[in-house]
Amino acid sequence: MHVHDNHTQSISIIAQLILAVPFIISLFIYIFAVFLSNRHKKQWPLYRSFLWIVGHLCAIATLIGPFAERTHISFSAHMIGHLLLGMLAPLLMALAAPMTLLLRSIPVKMARSLSLLLRRKPFNVLRDPIFASILNVGGLWLLYTTPLFTMMHESTFLFIFIHIHIFLAGYLFTIAFIYIDPTPHQSSYIYRSIILLLALAAHSILSKRIYAYPPSNVSIEQAELGAMIMYYGGDAIEIGFVFLLFYQWFKSSRKSIHPKVVAPR
Amino acid sequence: MTISNITAEKTLKHENRYKYGQRNLWTGLLFGLGVIAFIDEVIFHQLLHWHHFYDKSTANIGLVSDGLFHAFSFFATIGSAFLLADLHRKHGFWVKRWLSGIFIGAGAFQLYDGIIQHKLMKLHQIRYNVNILPYDVVWNVLAAILILIGIVLLLQTKNSVKQ
Repeated sequence: MHVHDNHTQSISIIAQLILAVPFIISLFIYIFAVFLSNRHKKQWPLYRSFLWIVGHLCAIATLIGPFAERTHISFSAHMIGHLLLGMLAPLLMALAAPMTLLLRSIPVKMARSLSLLLRRKPFNVLRDPIFASILNVGGLWLLYTTPLFTMMHESTFLFIFIHIHIFLAGYLFTIAFIYIDPTPHQSSYIYRSIILLLALAAHSILSKRIYAYPPSNVSIEQAELGAMIMYYGGDAIEIGFVFLLFYQWFKSSRKSIHPKVVAPR
Repeated sequence: MTISNITAEKTLKHENRYKYGQRNLWTGLLFGLGVIAFIDEVIFHQLLHWHHFYDKSTANIGLVSDGLFHAFSFFATIGSAFLLADLHRKHGFWVKRWLSGIFIGAGAFQLYDGIIQHKLMKLHQIRYNVNILPYDVVWNVLAAILILIGIVLLLQTKNSVKQ
């Protein structure tokens, strides 16, 4: 076991850098774009920059440094990492409206062709709530119910690939349900509600399954603690998701209010 | 101000309530389901520690049912809060109709939890290392009482529509 720990740590520094550097770069690009576009256009909301920074801190803390190293060894730390990298960071970053910022920071001509590109069919398929849910929650089922979890700790390549997937699938999942950036081909609220409910249920079921059947090489105590972190910690973030979805419904359905009708007496 | 004035004002405030009778009922049902599941989690799981997170006898279908209802409970609580706000916005809130939904929803979930999840799927028991029968009886009788109260309230609102 000791030898195994040394093995993972010796490869992890490079892996940590490969995973964390893109986030550090995108953090600076965003802040640069805010300054750049604020010179010509109205002020970019401060809270969006704040959300982008906090989202990045969540992701970076999970990918590099002392906590990142704990996630290699301890399953409960790994689960906190999953919540931060796969759920909280994507949600905060989506709320920071990066695509809106990008479109207003680049020349109009470029912005127009970019938004045309994003209207293309492949992007609509990607953003479909069912597709995004399978990619996100389905990926988690694959990771925790097959030997993939053990393989991930033995192969640097798999480790990097899976962590990139966890973040990207989490981000895609977020923007498939919560529309902050301009979204062509929006799904109806009822469709999004049903799929979100099923996806969140699949997340809860998976956490209890981990409690009942620990992934290989994970001790029972660690699996039980990790499962409960996933179950209850997931709830906390999911409540934010559901709140935002219904809040958007509440705002958008304002138009459909019927004019005042006096009840017949 | 006379009493009839006050009632008139109240009727005017929720003037559209007969139009949204079904919606009041559904808003209450969802809220009842969500709230009873929340009470179950707080009291029996977290405070008393009677319920267990997982019980070795749980069938796989029990895990699926638990996960679905768990997600549904906070989904329904938040959703019904927004539906309630929407009803107020439309001047269509009908308190008795809404309450009847809450009682029926809460009772129905309690009964489902008590009979299907605890007994058939063996998700977990109400309490461990005790004679479970009285606990089960109280649990399910309470559920039936909640449903009955809800049905009585519902029938009363039906009568007021006729009048």
